[in-house]
Amino acid sequence: MLRTLALLVAAALVTAAAPAPAARAAGGAERVITDVAFSFEGPFGRYDANQLQRGLQVFTEVCSGCHGLKYVPLRSLGDPGGPGLAAAEVRAYAALLEIEDPATGEFRPRQPTDSFPGSSLENAPDLSLMAKARVGFEGPYGLLVNPFLRGIGGPEYIASLLSHYTGEEKEEAGSLFYGNASFTGGWVAMAPPLSDGQVEFADGAPNDVAAMAEDVAAFLTWAAEPKMMARKQAGLTAVLFLVLLSVLLYLTNKRLWAPHKGGARTGS
Amino acid sequence: MSGIPHDHYEPQSGAARWLHRRLPVVSLIHDTIMIPTPKNLNWMWIWGVVLVFCLVLQIVTGIVLAMHYTPHIAMAFASVEHIMRDVNGGHMLRYIHQNGAMFFFAAVYLHIFRGLYYGSYKAPREVTWIIGMLIYLAMMATAFMGYVLPWGQMSFWGATVITGLFGAIPGIGADLQTWLLGGPAVDNPTLQRFFSLHYLLPFIIVGLVIVHVWAFHTTGNGNPAGVEVRRGAKAEAGKDTLPFWPYFVIKDLFALALVLVLFFAVVGFMPNFMGHPDNYIEANPLLTPTHIVPEWYFLPFYAILRAYTGEVWAVQLAQFVSFGIVDAKFFGVLAMFGSMLVLALVPWLDTSAVRSGRYRPMFRWWFWLFAVDFVVLTWVGSRPAEGLYATIALIGSAYWFLYFLVVLPLLGVLERPLPAAATIEEDFRDRHGPEARGRGAGTPAE
Repeated sequence: MLRTLALLVAAALVTAAAPAPAARAAGGAERVITDVAFSFEGPFGRYDANQLQRGLQVFTEVCSGCHGLKYVPLRSLGDPGGPGLAAAEVRAYAALLEIEDPATGEFRPRQPTDSFPGSSLENAPDLSLMAKARVGFEGPYGLLVNPFLRGIGGPEYIASLLSHYTGEEKEEAGSLFYGNASFTGGWVAMAPPLSDGQVEFADGAPNDVAAMAEDVAAFLTWAAEPKMMARKQAGLTAVLFLVLLSVLLYLTNKRLWAPHKGGARTGS
Repeated sequence: MSGIPHDHYEPQSGAARWLHRRLPVVSLIHDTIMIPTPKNLNWMWIWGVVLVFCLVLQIVTGIVLAMHYTPHIAMAFASVEHIMRDVNGGHMLRYIHQNGAMFFFAAVYLHIFRGLYYGSYKAPREVTWIIGMLIYLAMMATAFMGYVLPWGQMSFWGATVITGLFGAIPGIGADLQTWLLGGPAVDNPTLQRFFSLHYLLPFIIVGLVIVHVWAFHTTGNGNPAGVEVRRGAKAEAGKDTLPFWPYFVIKDLFALALVLVLFFAVVGFMPNFMGHPDNYIEANPLLTPTHIVPEWYFLPFYAILRAYTGEVWAVQLAQFVSFGIVDAKFFGVLAMFGSMLVLALVPWLDTSAVRSGRYRPMFRWWFWLFAVDFVVLTWVGSRPAEGLYATIALIGSAYWFLYFLVVLPLLGVLERPLPAAATIEEDFRDRHGPEARGRGAGTPAE
């Protein structure tokens, strides 16, 4: 068993030392995906509530013009392990959004029990799960080394897409496309949504395009995976207790078998 | 039960005797738990208990998930998000169930490969092997239908591709596919019947598992040395075996705890790692994903399915001699089901009289090549079927059939086996006795 372990460790070291080539798009064209050191990465990673609040602000002031978050309940803005808005803030935020009440057929302000609205623009995808529905890091050659070392990269994909516009435009079949180094094929229908200094953060955090893109990517990661911190905590607790159980069972097993294996302790 | 002489249950109290005369259930449990088990079993004999745990875990989490899931195309995707966001502990339940399926398959593959290496399928254990293959088949059907339930893009398109396999059968194919789907395409009737069957099949697996255990409790366990337990007298059998409880229960629980450490690390820290991101996009019949790939545990067979294109001479030959009835698509389907069939028929394809691969010097090489082949096919199945990948897939699937249809039958004739341990007692002493310890050799982990 020790030899197997040693082999595993050696294999892990070799793969870790191998240079990670740039992620490739499905079509084979190079996509530029910048690795971001998000606070929520790794087994002990946690969401940064301040960053999530800034991301919420960017989403509210910019993205929500077209995109929705139809699966995200507004109340979860106040849940632990999220942006952590106070109950009154959640109610106030919800009240800014309207909904057609299915019971009365009339418009009323949303309540925390309602969800965010869906997309208002037909071609704008809903962003509730976008951070889990996109791939940032692949390969090499489908061997899953990069996703293992750097994560699947959905948040990085979102941040890169928002900050890697080339400034070029082209018209095709009556539609305008914008050059984007992170989008498969290089041309995206979404106009560059962010510009430096567009959103003023109350905490005075940097508001250049790259910083805002990271903030909103973090927010969308929370939107897609709101229970991440609870999950990691449960995972860690389970792993620690199971390691303890494994040790106890190992010792029990060893003592149990000792008399039959001879030579060692004779047991009781 | 096993024909190995051992102490049987004797009711001690009046109440126990009363029950025993009417229903010998305690005796059944006692004889099952205390069954004499070859004491030389190594760490590859732990997967059975791991698999039982996986099955129970899937059923328990699945029953709770079904309380919150809605099998309707308009609501299925949203109901999964409801589980992930609103249901207490729902995100853990779902991730455990999703990754539990993957660990279930990882364990079943290790279990099957253990059987292949140590010749567990050989007489008199052919029925155990066949029942095991039926369990594996039922597992695949269950997992496939379960993957459709979240109604994501891969759910929908995976269901379209896999049910399309039945459509490739000449003559009845189209009607069969329509019957399976409940309509001309994957739609609400498909989702509802898949949900119903996904709930039913695990209980059929439970039944098959009971028969599987019954079968190998009848013949006795196999073991790494491949020699049978001596059954002449109880004293003799006692030198070869130890009761399942507590010796193997504790050993298996230790292994299970280690597996669970890995399992909960995956569930807790990277639950989506082996999943496909496209399944977080709701199913859209009008938008085909760039690459449709099944879950990783189906990839070897997916690679075999796609390997046989119209450019392969075997396919062209089959098409020619069958007057075009066997086209490339149907050939691929035949190859895929054929690859499972040869696996199921291995008790009759392997002609060697020696059970354990440990004493078969030539077999070992072919076996490990087959294990590598399995991994390569898994990998290549996830890649686009073009260029070098297509060639690798073709070589890999050719070797699959070569191994079962040519190598195993011939090796039994050509190979000169090594001298095997005469008894389990001797094998155990060689590995774990005082002398073995003195040499510093022989861990139970081979």
